[in-house]
Amino acid sequence: MSAKTLYDKLWDSHVVRENDDGTSLLYIDRQLIHEVTSPQAFEGLRMANRKPWKLSANLATPDHNVPTTDREKGIEDPISKLQVDTLDSNCDAFGITEFKMDDIRQGIVHVVSPEQGATLPGMTLVCGDSHTSTHGAFGTLAFGVGTSEVEHVLATQCLIQKKSKNMLVEVNGQLDDAVTAKDIILAIIGKIGTAGGTGYAIEFAGDAIRSLSMEGRMTMSNMAIEAGARAGMIAVDDTTIEYVKGRPYSPDEQQWSQAVTYWQNFYSDADAQFDKVVTLKAEEIKPQVTWGTSPEMTMAIDETIPDPAQESDPVKQEGMIAALNYMGLIAGTPISEVPVDIVFIGSCTNSRIEDIRAAAQVAKGNTVSESIKQALVVPGSGLIKQQAENEGLDKILLAAGFEWRDPGCSMCLAMNADRLEPQERCASTSNRNFEGRQGQGGRTHLVSPAMAAAAAIAGHFVDVETITKHP
Amino acid sequence: MEKFKKMTAIAVPMDRANVDTDAIIPKQFLKSIKRSGFGPNLFDEWRYLDHGEPGMDNANRPINTDFVLNQSRYFNAKILLARDNFGCGSSREHAPWALEDYGIRVIIAPSFADIFYNNCFKNGLLPIILSETIINDLFNAVDSTEGFQLTVDLEQQKIISDSASDTEFNIDFELDQFRRHCLLEGLDEIGLTLEHAKDIHAYEKKQKEITPWLY
Repeated sequence: MSAKTLYDKLWDSHVVRENDDGTSLLYIDRQLIHEVTSPQAFEGLRMANRKPWKLSANLATPDHNVPTTDREKGIEDPISKLQVDTLDSNCDAFGITEFKMDDIRQGIVHVVSPEQGATLPGMTLVCGDSHTSTHGAFGTLAFGVGTSEVEHVLATQCLIQKKSKNMLVEVNGQLDDAVTAKDIILAIIGKIGTAGGTGYAIEFAGDAIRSLSMEGRMTMSNMAIEAGARAGMIAVDDTTIEYVKGRPYSPDEQQWSQAVTYWQNFYSDADAQFDKVVTLKAEEIKPQVTWGTSPEMTMAIDETIPDPAQESDPVKQEGMIAALNYMGLIAGTPISEVPVDIVFIGSCTNSRIEDIRAAAQVAKGNTVSESIKQALVVPGSGLIKQQAENEGLDKILLAAGFEWRDPGCSMCLAMNADRLEPQERCASTSNRNFEGRQGQGGRTHLVSPAMAAAAAIAGHFVDVETITKHP
Repeated sequence: MEKFKKMTAIAVPMDRANVDTDAIIPKQFLKSIKRSGFGPNLFDEWRYLDHGEPGMDNANRPINTDFVLNQSRYFNAKILLARDNFGCGSSREHAPWALEDYGIRVIIAPSFADIFYNNCFKNGLLPIILSETIINDLFNAVDSTEGFQLTVDLEQQKIISDSASDTEFNIDFELDQFRRHCLLEGLDEIGLTLEHAKDIHAYEKKQKEITPWLY
């Protein structure tokens, strides 16, 4: 049999049937559901008088609209409230498991599912959210879909799909201590561009990736979509299996050894062929800060804002000028001289326990700069919040001047009350620096949790290495 | 889903790359639990000078007259001419819903983001990929000829210029035949998949042996 990539193996093991026109009917093992992209799908089921194909394949939780303070008071915005209430009533009516707003297991779907063991190696997983690529960290084929496809999966447990091409992104070498998964993925996007992965499924490999924890790997896969790839994935190894073990939705003891044997097949064969290969040297990656309105507009902390005059492609040049104008930045300025107003640590990219620990480590014994209007830490789930509090991380962050919030998507996309005002500049651990993403007119700079915490302490972007650490 | 066969309409140029779905329909409008009514808020942050919220009377909001959709020569446009990586970012199907609700039926670009491209076909929208060179020619033609119209013929897979412009266009375009078929016939994909229910059951029976923990 010919050599296969990880993606080939995941794809082949889920083909129900091949159609004559080159499309395949692909079986979907798990669907995650949240309040924003599901109401019209449930409505569609009702109108066609259809029922969910396999109830147990679905798991729901509200995340985009939920408040991160005074949760016992409920949702103030009536339109947000209606959307969350609609999710509750749809899940109740159809019999779908949902972690509701008052459940400690509630949180951002892409944080909740791995935490519960609902994301497992070798499976296919979809959600009406582009950051579904997150789950690829487990050797899972996971991608975002639109609402019509949410309905399609509910009704049939399948999707009509055409196979993507294979891309390998390899990062080899030794990472500097201050460099995190977030910096690696931003550096990759900076190199291949936001459309570099369009039409491809990306596999992240190399010893620098292997050395990452599952949290770090999820950060990497999460942002595959920002490179244009619907799916980003990492081969199964001991780190993966160790993480999955003993979680509520994981296989029980009786099925465990069968499962592990099966999962261990999910890696790319040594002589597998990729359509495109990109390599990066770990030693060359520095802590990153984005400067523009697209995630590919990224730079190292020790660099100066790039000059559009140096860009030869006219469409790109126009884009750079528009971005600098929107961001209120001048070419040639060192990024470390740019002051910050707001700091946001959270989102499906960086709200897991390791991220909170990284922020707390920088915050410990330091104080948020007086020039910072607000520094928010929003854990990804109720269980992470609890774990962080058990470790005393909340106290460290609060003592330094950060706010400690309830779990949800929060200021990543500002669908709840947490948002930027026009021209406010934010050091954010989220995934998109698009115009208006965090609030109309708001200016987003994407960074790692440690870099965000460092910016909060310094009042401007700064190399995290220069912040005094208090053991 | 509405069928798409052949259409003649004005083309409106959107001359910037990486137009993301947050720009196409900002998040505050995603709180709706309906599929329709997004048209007035298409490109909301670029189209109006104030901050838009759901429930506002859009007819009384201050208009950004520089924005292309607000220029009278492009009123009634049904074809959107765009640049690279159109529809990137969030998977929100509200983006094609907003375009469709506004009246756009065809988007022509050198490249699209995958999820957006896929979502278009579920909503009777036809995204067409053409070479950068042809796109540049189309931008020039739209710019130089007021009322410039194109005929898009899905059956023949052709784009033809109708009005008197300096350049005549007779362009062939490619697309997946299954998607073409669904669009021409306005087919319900779920119904098509359910015709294969036997195959799905057979797959599940086989997988139950291999991955019992998922069943």
